[in-house]
Amino acid sequence: MELLYQRDIYGETLVELGKAHKDIVVLDADLSSSTRTGVFAKAFPERFFNFGVAEQNMLATAVGLASCGKTVFVSTFAMFATGRAWDQIRNSVVYNNFNIKIVASHAGITVGPDGSSHQAIEDIALMRIIPNIKIIVPCDAPQARESVIAAFNTEGPFYIRLGRLKVPTVENKGEFKLGKAQVLAEGRDLTIIACGIMVGKAQEAREELLKKGIKATVINMHTIRPLDSEVILKYARLTRGIVVCEEHTVIGGLSSSISEVVAVSCPVKVISVGIKNRFGQSGEPADLLKEYNLTCEDIEKAAQSIIA
Amino acid sequence: MANSDTQIKKLEEKAKQIRRLIIQMLAKAGSGHPGGSLSATDLITALYFAILRHNPKDPSWPERDRFHLSKGHCCPLWYALLSESGYFPKEELMTLRQFGSLLQGHPDRRTPGIEAASGSLGQGLSIALGMSLAAKMDKKDYRVYVLLGDGEIQEGNIWEAAMAASHYHCDNLCAILDYNGFQIDGKVKDVMSLEPLVGKWQAFGWHAIEINGHNMRDILSAYEEAKTIKTKPAIIIAHTIKGKGVSFMENVVDFHGRAPTKEEAEKALKELE
Repeated sequence: MELLYQRDIYGETLVELGKAHKDIVVLDADLSSSTRTGVFAKAFPERFFNFGVAEQNMLATAVGLASCGKTVFVSTFAMFATGRAWDQIRNSVVYNNFNIKIVASHAGITVGPDGSSHQAIEDIALMRIIPNIKIIVPCDAPQARESVIAAFNTEGPFYIRLGRLKVPTVENKGEFKLGKAQVLAEGRDLTIIACGIMVGKAQEAREELLKKGIKATVINMHTIRPLDSEVILKYARLTRGIVVCEEHTVIGGLSSSISEVVAVSCPVKVISVGIKNRFGQSGEPADLLKEYNLTCEDIEKAAQSIIA
Repeated sequence: MANSDTQIKKLEEKAKQIRRLIIQMLAKAGSGHPGGSLSATDLITALYFAILRHNPKDPSWPERDRFHLSKGHCCPLWYALLSESGYFPKEELMTLRQFGSLLQGHPDRRTPGIEAASGSLGQGLSIALGMSLAAKMDKKDYRVYVLLGDGEIQEGNIWEAAMAASHYHCDNLCAILDYNGFQIDGKVKDVMSLEPLVGKWQAFGWHAIEINGHNMRDILSAYEEAKTIKTKPAIIIAHTIKGKGVSFMENVVDFHGRAPTKEEAEKALKELE
């Protein structure tokens, strides 16, 4: 299976957009080699600004640039974008509704050995509580490209969440449309809704469940806002319950988003496969996924308790 | 540039009129921040009526100089200046802070002439820096002005921006510091001292100009001097008096964030006749 870095594709996509659109400006805070904005910096040095280790300044400066008509892509690690500069994002970027696209890498527990301080497991929640900012969590590298292009083509502020690791490409997803979930497989017993790297694991879990005669629908919820409530409610009605999988705290992220929808219009059981009220720690990504119950087996277990 | 006596006199009259509007708006609103609005009045009145290249009939004119009020709580001053310049009718001023008003309690893009919201302190210098970088990229000659408060520059974000503006040689950027010496909890020097301030900005690579922020002649020459500085940003460190122009508000910390009562407003307006 093809393994690719989402951030490699991000860098390439920036260059591709930068060639065609002179008003694109890219900012980074001393992580341009990791986030891959360095590729854009090399191609268009006059449209790239490094701010050093100063994320708050970077996010607020983006506002000034955007007020002068620039489309600004801002990158750093998810932890420092959404945590360190939250007030700048809330009060200056999003409240002003400027054309600023925050594309953060190294989200989630799979950051690995760097440990808890670098593992953003609450970034989706931090962005989702701010009104109107659109949020995309692409499931693989090709989808990272589609997300960046969609963000460029859509007015207003965006948060796009990328990971650190090479990830397998999810096949046959169909067309990418902002705010429209991708139904990857259908089954009447239960629905598994996932985002990011958990989409691939949800598909694996589906295969395992099939062996036991359990048929699951699998949905790639790449857009957290605007959330595809229609598809959530459709499968809430068609199946016996929902398992939500995210490499994120179960508080405030995808799982909460889905619970909020079904609680009002179609109360079904929602079980979260995510990080439960804990900080991360150092370790190899595979060990951490196991420790924090983010494996294929954890999804299967959750699925079985839905139909039990 | 020699500034004629008549120009100075006109600006002083204008500043008095702006102060009157500030008092009237705040008394009507019943809440807001008179102290810092009045201390910065001379500085920003001079900017709007003698320095700034702008067109109130076309607020998004691409060639306009940019002004941003980083110390957003002093927006009564900004609103008075915008209205006096013709961005919106004067009647709007009396809706300050009311439900549905164009004039929010802190600056907001719904108000004509306002480029970006502010209120959460410490972010405006970065916003101005972004505007300055955009001008340089687009090879435009507009200048960017930003008003900072003295308490405000205790925010770390300010110094991140100060470092970056000098790193990127933003000589089209001019910050104005309203150094009135007071913040909510008391005197700045008691709460969190800033000195040596000129030295701090110079150490960050800025050209610093220290003036009396209530002397129109000094103010105009400081703006002119800032325009001549090449390869680095400039800051006008203006020594001012909080509540300037209203005797019972001057240097009274209570008037940082308290609107005058009806009686106080009447008394103040008499002093500003």
